[in-house]
Amino acid sequence: MNLHEYQARDILKRHGIPVPDGEVAESPAEARAIAQRLGGKVVVKAQVHAGGRGKAGGVKLAANADAAAAQASQILGMTIKGLTVHKVLVTPAADIASESYVGIIVDRASQRPVLMVSAAGGIDIEEVAATTPERIHRVAIDPRYGLLPHQALGLALRLYRDVGQARSAAGIMGNLYAACYAVGASLVEINPLVATPDGNILALDAKLVIDDNELDRRPEIAALRDASAEAPSEVQARQAGLTFIKLEGSVACCVNGAGLAMATMDLVQFYGGAPANFLDIGGSSNPQKVVAALRIITADPHVKAILFNIFGGITRCDDVANGIVQATQQFPLHVPLVIRLTGTNEAEAVRILTAAGFPALTDMDEAVQQAVARARAA
Amino acid sequence: MSVFIDQGTRLLVQGITGRDGSFHTRQMIGYGTKVVAGVTPGKGGQLFDGVVPVFDTVADAVRDTRANTAVIYVPAAVAASAIYEAADAGLGLIVCITEGIPVLDMTKVLPYLHERGARLIGPNCPGLISPAQSKVGIIPGNICKPGRIGVVSRSGTLTYEIVHQLSTHGFGQSTCIGIGGDPLIGTHFTHCLSAFQADPETDAVVMIGEIGGTDEQQAAEFVAKGMTKPVIGFIAGQTAPPGRRMGHAGAIISGSSGTAAEKMAAFARAGIAVMKRPADVAPLLRERL
Repeated sequence: MNLHEYQARDILKRHGIPVPDGEVAESPAEARAIAQRLGGKVVVKAQVHAGGRGKAGGVKLAANADAAAAQASQILGMTIKGLTVHKVLVTPAADIASESYVGIIVDRASQRPVLMVSAAGGIDIEEVAATTPERIHRVAIDPRYGLLPHQALGLALRLYRDVGQARSAAGIMGNLYAACYAVGASLVEINPLVATPDGNILALDAKLVIDDNELDRRPEIAALRDASAEAPSEVQARQAGLTFIKLEGSVACCVNGAGLAMATMDLVQFYGGAPANFLDIGGSSNPQKVVAALRIITADPHVKAILFNIFGGITRCDDVANGIVQATQQFPLHVPLVIRLTGTNEAEAVRILTAAGFPALTDMDEAVQQAVARARAA
Repeated sequence: MSVFIDQGTRLLVQGITGRDGSFHTRQMIGYGTKVVAGVTPGKGGQLFDGVVPVFDTVADAVRDTRANTAVIYVPAAVAASAIYEAADAGLGLIVCITEGIPVLDMTKVLPYLHERGARLIGPNCPGLISPAQSKVGIIPGNICKPGRIGVVSRSGTLTYEIVHQLSTHGFGQSTCIGIGGDPLIGTHFTHCLSAFQADPETDAVVMIGEIGGTDEQQAAEFVAKGMTKPVIGFIAGQTAPPGRRMGHAGAIISGSSGTAAEKMAAFARAGIAVMKRPADVAPLLRERL
């Protein structure tokens, strides 16, 4: 789960990391009031789950409170990478002497959290990694002992010659590591970490991604989810216990298991079609989940055919068949349905589907080819 | 023969009285797995289905039954703790089926296991099966056939699809291993490839990967350097968009790394026969064997 910048800032602040003053506004009037309180020049920043906000015109400087209101009215409601901006963060415009990058990510290869820093701050770290990898310094942290003081200071000295500044930055890194475990982050970044002309070190922008598996035990973090920043179909799917990702194609896929779901999408492409979505109905799927899945899929006007691919293990094919039949009784399907199921209770499923007038296939390739052909004919 | 589990496997089930645990324990017993103990705190002294003794702790169970392998079906909130307990009781092989363990918990679990010399398979995996010998986990026994092909995969149902293709086309399996779909897992492709290479009763290996991470690239390097047996590879997620978690917590393309194309190219460079679709597995095996 992604957090907004203002939410990430709050978390860092609670963990003792210095961040500039600032508040969130949902209207130009609110932005004006915040700018008035802050005084002087401010920055108005769009709060959306998308990178490249600055390039898209979502980050603007304002000389005074009236200008802040004007900028806020421009930014609120604008669309960045398909996402509408509902909130802006108003912060004082900081004077900057230097910009760095500090981040922690769990590294799959070393199986440890890795602290990364770079003096090339303010730009996308992936770009730095691709073009000048020697400018990124990192240390893998042993979680049994945590981030050790010499590790943090060693990296901080890569960013600052002044040892006082380096000590401040090392302190921030220690707090960032603590925050990471405290909130269950899979990624946390300060970009940029800035030095001001008077020598202070501040986190000017923050990014926090929470491991979805942490949300059950951290209700206070789960409550930070901003459903308005996600596709409505994906919110609906999550509430129904499904994993759904909308894509641009015309063949909707309804599959049990993430690996098989991906392989099904790939096979749709292999046979010349384009998948409309990723959808995993999960392991022990009851008929209700299938109904919910069909409701979400059929709401997409680009869908020209629906393909079910079920390999029954824990998932019972008859449960899926019952779900399909129940769904068609509750709302009409305007697009053709191609059903492949094999495995647990396959015979019962075929009986249920045949009685309801749906042919059932057992071969994956044959089903995908049919679905692609049906979508093309539509 | 087979790898990791065989007729000598004496299995202990953590969470034996739970909904998933009880269902799959019956399936495993039905398949012929020697299930010697179950553990559910507070239910020690009971008999599961009148046959399997239930203990309060893993340590008690191991002492009384000489169990050598644990399988975990407990809820995500207590799954990391179940792995610690199994390792503490001295079990050498721990298979964790449970999905949803936070990755930061795994950063602590894995060094703990390493210090005790325990092998973890999973988490978030379907387990493993050595057909006609032993099944630990949830892979449906009826789709497998005993034979000489090793299968290793990050997925569940996709593995069933490919195993089904193998069995239907006359290729039985020595062992099928689901290593799990999480970013941090205990047993990687390389460990399994190395075990299959050393197993005299495995002739070839089918490796099923997916987008995210670099495990497949490391596996490809291992194949190029250390394997004489033919390897057939598949990568799921060619049509996956970057930056989105495709169900499995580990299946995410970050930036330009972890893509299917990159992994398939690494396979091809290492001399691995690359499947374009699941149905290619049998023809490619016939070609290579």
